[in-house]
Amino acid sequence: MLDSILFYFFGGVAVIGAALMVTRRNAIHSAVFLITTLLATAGIFLQLGAEFLFIAQIILYVGGIMVLFIFVIMLVRLDVALHHIRFRMKSLVVTIVIAVLGAEAGAIIYYARKLPGQGLFIQNMAPASNLTPNSEKLAQSLFTNYLLPFEIASVLLLVAMVGAVVMAKNKKRTEDS
Amino acid sequence: MMSPAHYLFLSLALFLIGCVGVVTRRNVIVVLMSIELILNAVNINLVLFSRIFGDAAGQVFALFIIADAAAEAAVGLGIIIAFFRNRETVLADEMDLLKW
Amino acid sequence: MNPTLHAILVFLQTWWVELTSGVVIVAVVPLVAGYVVLVERKLMADMQARLGPMRVGPHGLLQPIADAVKLLIKEDIIPDEADRLIFWLAPVISMTAALTSMGAIAFGPSFQVARDINIGILFVLGVSSLGFLGIILGGWASNSHYSIMGALRSTAQLVSYETAGGLAIIAGLLLSGTLSISGIVAAQEKYHVWFIFLAPVAAFIYLVASIAETNRAPFDLPEAESELVAGYMTEYSGFRWALYFLGEYANMIVVGSIATTLFLGGWLRPFPNVHWLNWLDFLPALIIALIGVYSIYRAGKQPVMVQTGFMWAVALACFAVALIFAMPWFVGTLKFVIPGLNGAFWFLLKVSAYIYVFMWLRFTLPRYRFDQLMHLGWYILIPLAIVNVFAVGVAMLLESNGVNRWLALILTTLVTLVFAILLVRWHDRRTESASTASLAPDSYAG
Repeated sequence: MLDSILFYFFGGVAVIGAALMVTRRNAIHSAVFLITTLLATAGIFLQLGAEFLFIAQIILYVGGIMVLFIFVIMLVRLDVALHHIRFRMKSLVVTIVIAVLGAEAGAIIYYARKLPGQGLFIQNMAPASNLTPNSEKLAQSLFTNYLLPFEIASVLLLVAMVGAVVMAKNKKRTEDS
Repeated sequence: MMSPAHYLFLSLALFLIGCVGVVTRRNVIVVLMSIELILNAVNINLVLFSRIFGDAAGQVFALFIIADAAAEAAVGLGIIIAFFRNRETVLADEMDLLKW
Repeated sequence: MNPTLHAILVFLQTWWVELTSGVVIVAVVPLVAGYVVLVERKLMADMQARLGPMRVGPHGLLQPIADAVKLLIKEDIIPDEADRLIFWLAPVISMTAALTSMGAIAFGPSFQVARDINIGILFVLGVSSLGFLGIILGGWASNSHYSIMGALRSTAQLVSYETAGGLAIIAGLLLSGTLSISGIVAAQEKYHVWFIFLAPVAAFIYLVASIAETNRAPFDLPEAESELVAGYMTEYSGFRWALYFLGEYANMIVVGSIATTLFLGGWLRPFPNVHWLNWLDFLPALIIALIGVYSIYRAGKQPVMVQTGFMWAVALACFAVALIFAMPWFVGTLKFVIPGLNGAFWFLLKVSAYIYVFMWLRFTLPRYRFDQLMHLGWYILIPLAIVNVFAVGVAMLLESNGVNRWLALILTTLVTLVFAILLVRWHDRRTESASTASLAPDSYAG
């Protein structure tokens, strides 16, 4: 009972936040609504037993990436009134097409869940104790099976950091060092 | 207990809204934010199946996706800043230097 | 209706402890933060050879309440072009982040709101980092130059020092092997010594990083009055400003709690495993009773009758609290509260000592300039923290291979200190030779 209340709460906040995010004119408002969606997604992770991922999402996504987005939106300070809202046929067509594709995928999920014995309603879900204690199990998997992707990810982050600094650097002030 | 179908519907909804955002919006920063939304939908899927099969690999993959999204956001925003310095605009309609 | 009612009753029955602790935190912490402000003003006065607030209430003790009333009845000014939604939201985010992160802190052995989550320290760290959003959104929403510049500078500083602080925490986590708060304190009990003695460099780095994290002097450029009016808080007045301010002081308490848990032994009394020092368990009641006796001694020296009466009231309150602490020793049925109560006393004592060091540094050291601040964070603290993590890791490796734990840790601490000295000497030589201003990343807007 508590499970479903929490799921509908977090899921509802996530979907409403996402819908509000893609429809705001003001980019800062979009960023704030994306933050609420990310927090709700973190709640979903927590409900699925992924505690480390919950806090990783909050620290990295909300505390890092969204702060970066808000910095950039402030640097690119264009007024809201610059682009007046005119009705674009393209937006409507695109939304209808994506809605149709979504209805198709949704129908597949909905009907597949009824297949007897198979399908998505998996009878034997693994017990929650398989993934507890969560940080330790994640660390065991990360540092033994997936060590190479871990190292590659750190190299990727280093490259991205250097690349972002080089690209966003102010060219006028590079005198020494 | 919520069945997996519920989480799959949620993930599908977030994915579709992200797609609409990517295709529809003119401000490229909002496009980047919609891409982050798509990545989050995929993360929910991965964590759901990690829970179903009791394997930590799904959560490890989701962690890599979060790290990757950070790198991509940083580089993408760097590009946007560089472009803004040159052309004073961040609207996708006005980035038409290669148009004939 | 009955199944729903039954479900609600079962929910309340299982979670009533957490719910009441949550309500207590939200109700009590702002009041405590207000009194921390009073303590700071009194300490500042003492270090400047004056008396501090003395008018409102006996010895100025009702000053926070007067301040709160004043802030509540002030006019709510919103700048003309400000973004209303975000102007409202920003202080709320700041305060919420600080209060929520208190949920995972353990004041005593089984004395925490959330029952010992697996990721304890990381939860506190992560949720308190949500406060940055409050700062930057507040600066943006005010639509004024001082606010935006202050917000950008403040956030840049916070992000830089959060990296260094996180790396310093990792050293403590390596020693304890677990992220959960009771696990860390249990590890300190197992090692018979606080982690500040095993990893002093990490403790020092965390001290500096936490001062910068909470925007305290000497790192308070973003909100100093002589520099940027009040930085991101310029356009906020009345209760909104009070929320920001209380969020900052609550953040100080949170950061002190993290440092206490990781480096100062949490709720353990000094020398927890030494049996002949077991009489130290009586210290809480004894210390408070001694404060009461000192109050009675000072009562005779007060010039005014009201203040004499007040000193007697303070003495009575101290004796009452000392009695509460001493009672479980005599009443057999209450023996189970002894660890929790004493643990809470030691924990709060250590957090108070840490905050006292914060205030002491504030009144003593001059302010850092912003580029000096960023230079210290990125060029000195982060390399030192990385080398420290490496050193503690090597020490753990040596220990698992048979070397004595103390020898390994002392050796690696010495190596880290040598590296620190070399870093600072390189930094000094570099600033001597560079005649132009440092090229640290400048975070001016636009």
